Amino acid sequence: MTKNKSPLLRSIAAAPHLLWCVLFILAPMAFVAYYAFTDKDGAFTLDNINSVFSSAYLKILERSVLFALAATVICLLIAYPLAMAITKMKSRNQSTAIMLLMLPMWINLLIRTYSLKLLLESNGIINSLITRLGGEPIRFLDSEFSIILGMVYNFLPYMVLPIYSVLVKIDKRLIEAAQDLGCNSLKVLWKVTLPLSISGVISGITMVFVPSISTFFISKSLSDGRIKLIGDIIEYQIGMHNVAAYNIGAALSFVLMALIVVSLIITNKFGDEDGGVLV
Amino acid sequence: MSKIIELKGVSKSYDGEQVLHDVNLYIRDKEFITLLGPSGCGKTTTLRLIGGFEMPDEGEIFFEGNPVTNLPPHKRPVNTVFQKYALFPHLNVYDNIAFALKLRKVPQDIIDEQVRDMLALVSLRGFGSKNVNTLSGGQQQRVAIARALINRPRVLLLDEPLGALDLKLRKDMQNELKNIQQQTGITFVYVTHDQEEALSMSDTIVVMENGHIQQIGTPTDIYNEPENAFVADFIGESNIIDGVMRQDYKVFFDGREFDCLDKGFGKNEPVDVVIRPEDVDVVSPEKGMLRGVATSVTFKGVHWEIIVDINNFKWMIQTTDYVAPGAEIGLFIEPDAIHIMKKSEFSGMYGDYSSFSDELDELSDPDLDAGEEERDDQE
Repeated sequence: MTKNKSPLLRSIAAAPHLLWCVLFILAPMAFVAYYAFTDKDGAFTLDNINSVFSSAYLKILERSVLFALAATVICLLIAYPLAMAITKMKSRNQSTAIMLLMLPMWINLLIRTYSLKLLLESNGIINSLITRLGGEPIRFLDSEFSIILGMVYNFLPYMVLPIYSVLVKIDKRLIEAAQDLGCNSLKVLWKVTLPLSISGVISGITMVFVPSISTFFISKSLSDGRIKLIGDIIEYQIGMHNVAAYNIGAALSFVLMALIVVSLIITNKFGDEDGGVLV
Repeated sequence: MSKIIELKGVSKSYDGEQVLHDVNLYIRDKEFITLLGPSGCGKTTTLRLIGGFEMPDEGEIFFEGNPVTNLPPHKRPVNTVFQKYALFPHLNVYDNIAFALKLRKVPQDIIDEQVRDMLALVSLRGFGSKNVNTLSGGQQQRVAIARALINRPRVLLLDEPLGALDLKLRKDMQNELKNIQQQTGITFVYVTHDQEEALSMSDTIVVMENGHIQQIGTPTDIYNEPENAFVADFIGESNIIDGVMRQDYKVFFDGREFDCLDKGFGKNEPVDVVIRPEDVDVVSPEKGMLRGVATSVTFKGVHWEIIVDINNFKWMIQTTDYVAPGAEIGLFIEPDAIHIMKKSEFSGMYGDYSSFSDELDELSDPDLDAGEEERDDQE
């Protein structure tokens, strides 16, 4: 921060942003906390939080974490080689590839998920192709597979972009220096490229894990509501328009938020030693 | 001394633009050889071919007689000091220098010892745990040298290693590099566009332009016996005049015949005559072999730099005696001050100081340099 700017001017310039933060970030979070720790009459209670840790909810929470982790790992495994391949293209082709990657993100997540559903349905495009070729239709939907596929499909660009943007900035001479000092291609990846791109990987993990763990629409639409994730439960509870359920929903949200914050702290610890930054 | 590296008939082009034409060159063991030339002359490409970062379109590269043309960089017994150092930003000084040894799984105590020796060699004792990003340019340069030397390569390739340093530091590092080369007995292949650097450090200089080698020789050969107008102009200052070789030891230019020490040209063969500015004596007009008017006089500290107009051709003369601007002076040229070159594609392009300006000369250098870096980046 520069000291020579007038403090008054600075606060005026910051005011709209500050107002925005208070109104749309801090206030809703305060409401969530308020509802999580009160009963339907507004008295303080820990019952809501306690009920989150009942076995039924815990099981769903565990499933949500596992699904989000699976989606994140799959995204990482696809995105890293993909991002590397893009950086090796000619610069004109690179922007085309990135454009193609971003294109689906211009379409609403709901529409994208519906399209995926149409593809995977028992009489969908893929299955009609299989039957036409003389095979038995495969049941894709209503399974863990379809939900994780939905997450990977929807959030993959969020993993590729931060990794690509870090990889593309790595000085090619560093790669050459590593080769010069005795690295084969695999060693270059392990000793230089990977450590230098860790900040992009951390950003990517965050940007895939957080929406994956809190999604409700993907699971609802791709399993016809049969496999429930924590986001589905929260949506259901809040949607009941019943004050008691509202409090449970808030408590679930609160726990989920805490879980996300903890995982972000852990992920960032990983990146810190190599100067990783969270975007 | 035996040949350690040899390039035979090497050609290379990028996107249809040929940057090296049929280059033939050998490098002797333990020598300090410099590839010298302006940006885009092919010197960096030549170095990268030796390092294995590029493959030639045609020709072969040999290391001690064995072909290495298609070997990847990590299998070649050479190491490189990169332009702008290319230190690993995620490793500290120690780990940067130890990089090659750790790859080879050398025992930790030996690594410790060798890194300590290397830090001492480049005068960075006690810097091991420092973050490389906090070091000055000169210190980073030393780390880069130590990192490349720890593998004890037979040949060290240096790509404009001092280009990013300021003048004072550059001079110090020149001496230090030369010392390190003599101490370690490693062959140095050095790329630079700075002719002064090349003259003061090298055992052998390879002058390149347009993807061709123009001349190979010792610094004194290159300076005193330039092969053509390009070399004469690129190395130091030169007046290059059209002349005719009347017969052995007799050359005709500027309307009269001069004695010289050159022979072996055809009778009445047109030639380029090179006369270095410091080899001309300023005398009174009556005593001079040539007469002219001093059009500009600049004080340079050690000498005066005078531009003299002789028959509409501007000569540069360096003299310790003051001459008033506008004065008519005579020039006296000893036979050994005259060097005769065969006509070449560069004849007539260099050696006239009519558009000469100090300022322009200095300005143009960094520009050219930046141009070359950009080009190299794309490869």
